[in-house]
Amino acid sequence: MGLVESGKLPQPLAKLLNISRKYSIWAYQWGLACCAIEMGAAFASPRYDVMRLGVIPFPASPRQADLVVIAGTVTDKLAPAVVRLYEQMPDPKYVISMGSCANCGGPYWDSYSVTKGVDQLIPVDVYVPGCPPRPEALLEGIILLQERIAHEDMAERWKGEPIVVG
Amino acid sequence: MSQLSSADTETPEEAAPEIDEAREAVLAELTERIGDGVVGSHIRPGDDLWVRVDRANWVAAAEAAKAMGYRFFDFLSAIDWLPSPFGRDMDSQEDRVVSGAPAKEPEAMVQGYAGGETRFQLLARVYSISAGMGITFKCDLPDDDLTAATWTNVYAGANWHEREAREMFGFSFDGHPNMINLYLPADFVGHPLRKDFPLLARRVRPWPGIVDVEPMPGVADEEGEGE
Amino acid sequence: MTAISDPQSVAALAAEAVDNRVNLDFETEGMTLNMGPQHPATHGTLRIIARLDGEQVISAEPMCGYMHRGYEKLTEVRTYPQINALINRIDWLGSFANEVPFILAAEKLMGVEAPPRAQWIRTILFEMSRIANISLFLGDFGLQLGGMTAGFYAFRDREWVLNQIESATGGRFHPNFDRIGGLKDDLPKGWIESSHTAMDKLLAFCDELEDLLVGNEIFQARTRGIGVIPAEIALSYGLSGANLRASGVDWDLRRDNCPPGLVYDKADWKVWTHPDGDCFARTWVRLQETREAAKIVKQLLDTIPSGPVMAKVPRIIKVPEGEAYVATENPLGEMGYYVVSKGDLVPFRVKIRSASFNNISIVPWVARGAYVPDLISILGSLYFILGDIDR
Repeated sequence: MGLVESGKLPQPLAKLLNISRKYSIWAYQWGLACCAIEMGAAFASPRYDVMRLGVIPFPASPRQADLVVIAGTVTDKLAPAVVRLYEQMPDPKYVISMGSCANCGGPYWDSYSVTKGVDQLIPVDVYVPGCPPRPEALLEGIILLQERIAHEDMAERWKGEPIVVG
Repeated sequence: MSQLSSADTETPEEAAPEIDEAREAVLAELTERIGDGVVGSHIRPGDDLWVRVDRANWVAAAEAAKAMGYRFFDFLSAIDWLPSPFGRDMDSQEDRVVSGAPAKEPEAMVQGYAGGETRFQLLARVYSISAGMGITFKCDLPDDDLTAATWTNVYAGANWHEREAREMFGFSFDGHPNMINLYLPADFVGHPLRKDFPLLARRVRPWPGIVDVEPMPGVADEEGEGE
Repeated sequence: MTAISDPQSVAALAAEAVDNRVNLDFETEGMTLNMGPQHPATHGTLRIIARLDGEQVISAEPMCGYMHRGYEKLTEVRTYPQINALINRIDWLGSFANEVPFILAAEKLMGVEAPPRAQWIRTILFEMSRIANISLFLGDFGLQLGGMTAGFYAFRDREWVLNQIESATGGRFHPNFDRIGGLKDDLPKGWIESSHTAMDKLLAFCDELEDLLVGNEIFQARTRGIGVIPAEIALSYGLSGANLRASGVDWDLRRDNCPPGLVYDKADWKVWTHPDGDCFARTWVRLQETREAAKIVKQLLDTIPSGPVMAKVPRIIKVPEGEAYVATENPLGEMGYYVVSKGDLVPFRVKIRSASFNNISIVPWVARGAYVPDLISILGSLYFILGDIDR
């Protein structure tokens, strides 16, 4: 067991590591529905420019990613793919659920084919409400996630158990 | 008012100045081509033409339409004319049964334009770019045999539409090259667009916005925008 | 390319060309390539199963349904205004354009007509959502073919038109602004002037992108002569919009069969076609369409009549019994709603004819014999929105 996972890391060093992780989040873009375009506006447009927050939105595969933004409607047919994507990501990994559909089913709350909330499938760190949320809202979600990372006990996180949402 | 295309060149029936007459002419030509196959029709002047054909002539109708210049394939789907056993008050219906109240009387089944005798009707639309008109075809399917011949040999685009109609209504199409599910997972049970397919989420929790459509006193003539 | 008018010979030639491209003499053991459902070139969650022979695609079969949300069923349990809010999300890039045909179908059944000012604003917003939609296509297509820059430009200049839509409707993305009988609100103060500015920016963007992307040699090499669709095949698959016009069919619902309630005849504009039918033609036609849309908006802005924006309609909307099909020329192609009403608060059945569904069903035909990188060009240029395929 490494020093980080054991929890015996000196406090200042742990903090330093947290700060480094906070400002180098590799975010996997997985656009599902309308929210994907707003996520694209936040990630790829010069106007919102997510890179100034230290988020690098260009990992080529989920295996290089720290964060996945579930941006859009998750259907029952797609659910296995979402779980698989999450399992492919290396620990520690974070999930932002963007938009009403991913949060709770949104306008499709009574549909026969939509999964009512991606948190039924994978643990979610930050929920961004809206249909779709503005790019600014996603940026705030990312900042909230960064705060969470900054105060994280890495030993706790790297145990590999699912974190409790809330 | 539907306009004639400015680029019309080739089809014979587009020249009529009165749109209504043009559609009558189209109907007459269709009847001539497939004879007794046309079992019902409806024309809304200046707007649209509905033609109901019998099942044996379903493909013949498509071939006739294509030969008449209706080469653009719009869509193919179906209608389930059964009045929904749940309706919009799907949830409250269930509650009534649970609480012992008498269930609502089922309404009579009424088919739309061009008539009909069965619960399920195929619905398809083709369009003629040169004439600037469309034809909406309907076809009755008897309950005990929900099959029809495929349109894919006439309109290649019907392929996916027929796959969709199959999973949504439970039809089958003879001669279709690839009759597998399009949208739904392979293990999905039921046919969602049938009227007797319940939306379970609505039964568990009624739609909260339903109060918005109740009439409010004093504001009866305001603009209607209940969300 | 020489023009061949006889449909049979076109189809035969096309089939022959495809069969020649698949080299049967050197057939090797095939490979099945699975693209998606999480692949950047699929705009979301389209999955394509391609059987390959070397680098050539023997067959490509799209698997849809990963974004199927069941619109047609959900419309049966929602009132007309509720449906209006829901259907914004079918083609999410041109949201306002989704509302219009549905509202027009309901208006046709009710016998209501929107006041002139509402018709003008409707048409303006319709064209603005076309610009919002297609400008992203131009950037995104560049991105898929390896030109990252176009994507940044598109996202930058798209904001201009999104700002206008937002300040008029309150919704940046999903306006939900159209109402049976008119519009929710009138335009805000100063909107017309700022829209002129935005349209000028967009016209400049079109010029910029024409130089940057369409004039680019690599772009042309990857799109010219790739994915050719003859007109007759396109018609029988029901391709519409720019995909059809790129195959040389001069048909635009805005000009040829404009439903009442839109005022395209009040502006002077042109329908562009291209004879080639390849990926380049589709991109080029869309670029011209963006320009025309900006021109339509600018002309209509100058001629907006004054007056109310809402006709007299009852607060509780019950649509009389009947059936109606209304289609408009949406950014992606023909989008129509077949509404069956039984005189109730909710429609009895709504069949949504979305453009991308037909547009993408041609992929198995057109991808046959293409190379793997061409598959990206073909998918990108056919231009689909997942919500518009899967509904």
